[in-house]
Amino acid sequence: MFSPYKFEIESLNAWFGSKHVLKNINMKIKEKAVTAVIGPSGCGKTTFIRCLNRMHEIVPGAKVSGRVLFNGMDIYNEDVDPVQIRRKMGMVFQKPNPFPMMSIYDNAAAGLKLNGIRDKEKLDSVVERSLKLAILWDEVKDDLNKSGASLSGGQQQRLCIARALAVEPEVMLMDEPCSALDPIATAKIETLIRMLAEDYTVVIVTHNMQQAARVSDFTAFLYLGELIEFGSTKEIFENPRSELTEKYITGEFG
Amino acid sequence: MASYKMRKIKDRFMRILVWLALLMALIPLFSILGEVVLKGASSINLNFLTQPTPTVGEAGGGVANAMQGTLLAVGLASLIGVPIGLMSGIFLSEYSETKLSPAVRFFNDVLNGFPSIVIGIFGYTIIVLSIGFSVIAAAFALAIIMIPIVTRTTEEALKLVPATVREAAIALGVPRWKTIVSVVFSGAKKGIATGILLSLARIAGESAPVLVTMGYWRWWFAGLDKPVANLALNIYIFAISPFENWQALAWGSALVLVTLILGTSVIVRIFTREKY
Repeated sequence: MFSPYKFEIESLNAWFGSKHVLKNINMKIKEKAVTAVIGPSGCGKTTFIRCLNRMHEIVPGAKVSGRVLFNGMDIYNEDVDPVQIRRKMGMVFQKPNPFPMMSIYDNAAAGLKLNGIRDKEKLDSVVERSLKLAILWDEVKDDLNKSGASLSGGQQQRLCIARALAVEPEVMLMDEPCSALDPIATAKIETLIRMLAEDYTVVIVTHNMQQAARVSDFTAFLYLGELIEFGSTKEIFENPRSELTEKYITGEFG
Repeated sequence: MASYKMRKIKDRFMRILVWLALLMALIPLFSILGEVVLKGASSINLNFLTQPTPTVGEAGGGVANAMQGTLLAVGLASLIGVPIGLMSGIFLSEYSETKLSPAVRFFNDVLNGFPSIVIGIFGYTIIVLSIGFSVIAAAFALAIIMIPIVTRTTEEALKLVPATVREAAIALGVPRWKTIVSVVFSGAKKGIATGILLSLARIAGESAPVLVTMGYWRWWFAGLDKPVANLALNIYIFAISPFENWQALAWGSALVLVTLILGTSVIVRIFTREKY
């Protein structure tokens, strides 16, 4: 069954306790492209991205309904092991969160090591490959045994991207990956995102509209838990269909 | 300007107060330590460390059997108490979404506040009445004293590990148990080790629950179902005795006990030292 879509989201709803945070979302996310999710604070964009790799449900009281087809298979089917799903998707968080007790090397190798791979040669090559992919290798190759926490914020975030890439995911989910970074570090990550889109499906949550315009191919606008508009980034920014989208993009509220 | 001057004066005053408080806390610690070392050191010699308890009127003798007894009782109690405490701590910190957790936490705190003699009498009714005064009975009572301390400190140490670190591991497709064991635990090992040490120090110094579960015994270890001597009890019995050489033994026992506890904590600190 061939489909150009990596994710097909059908009537997705999500709750925290009794709070209904995502309302009937329908959306198709294209393979090997960057899809940005924008919207004001509290609109549900983080919850949305966390529903894609079943991270939403680890919070006590969180609930999901609807279907999320990943490669045509519903990840919320009863027989699906969420651990297996998460291994196919890398996730990068708002605040860089390298494992504080681990070296740079161990951070990059964490996904493999924690899942039982001990082969030193394999680990070495994966660490080098993923640090290179994350454009961090040249900066850290002589300090691989130093603590991951000793790096600067931007380097830490690229280390987290390397850590996520090391398990060879098909998808990269990025939850406001630049919100804690300065403009130079942000520019580096944005370049990286464009490069990643050649081989990976990237979904990025951002509150920065310029960033969405710069890096994404498709943009989804969420407001109060509803998907207001979804389309190519060019369309959304140049010719939005919804008045609400236009107001948000032009900075009238947000 | 005046208010700035005033603030500086207040600052200096409070600083002095804080230093004084620190001094007040350190004085008893060092005076106890100093006295134990001064009075205990003279009775420490090879005989003291290798001979069992002397009988009344006998010269010499030592605390070897009591060291053996304390190590055995504390060791056995840790074998029971540490795993239970650790597991309960993990449950409270990592699986706190269950309705059971607040109740467990509450009763754990209650247990922590129990007088140790009550726990000793519990051990007496449960074990001594069926198999008699024994190492097992003492270890059982001491383990119950340990559990709430280890549980509480483990829970607190695990909670200090940021949620973002847990999420990072889970998002990598690491199962929850593995996340706890490999990632969360390594971030909390120092705090957990401190908790275990605290509980060890506490039970190594307990005398009341030992008295009602193992009784006073002057001979060597003869089996886990039999009693054996104990350092803390030695201090108690010898110190209130009228014989001078026994009183010297009490000081010696105190020094040995303090050294054992300090030694263990230094060793554990070295092993749990953080790499970064």
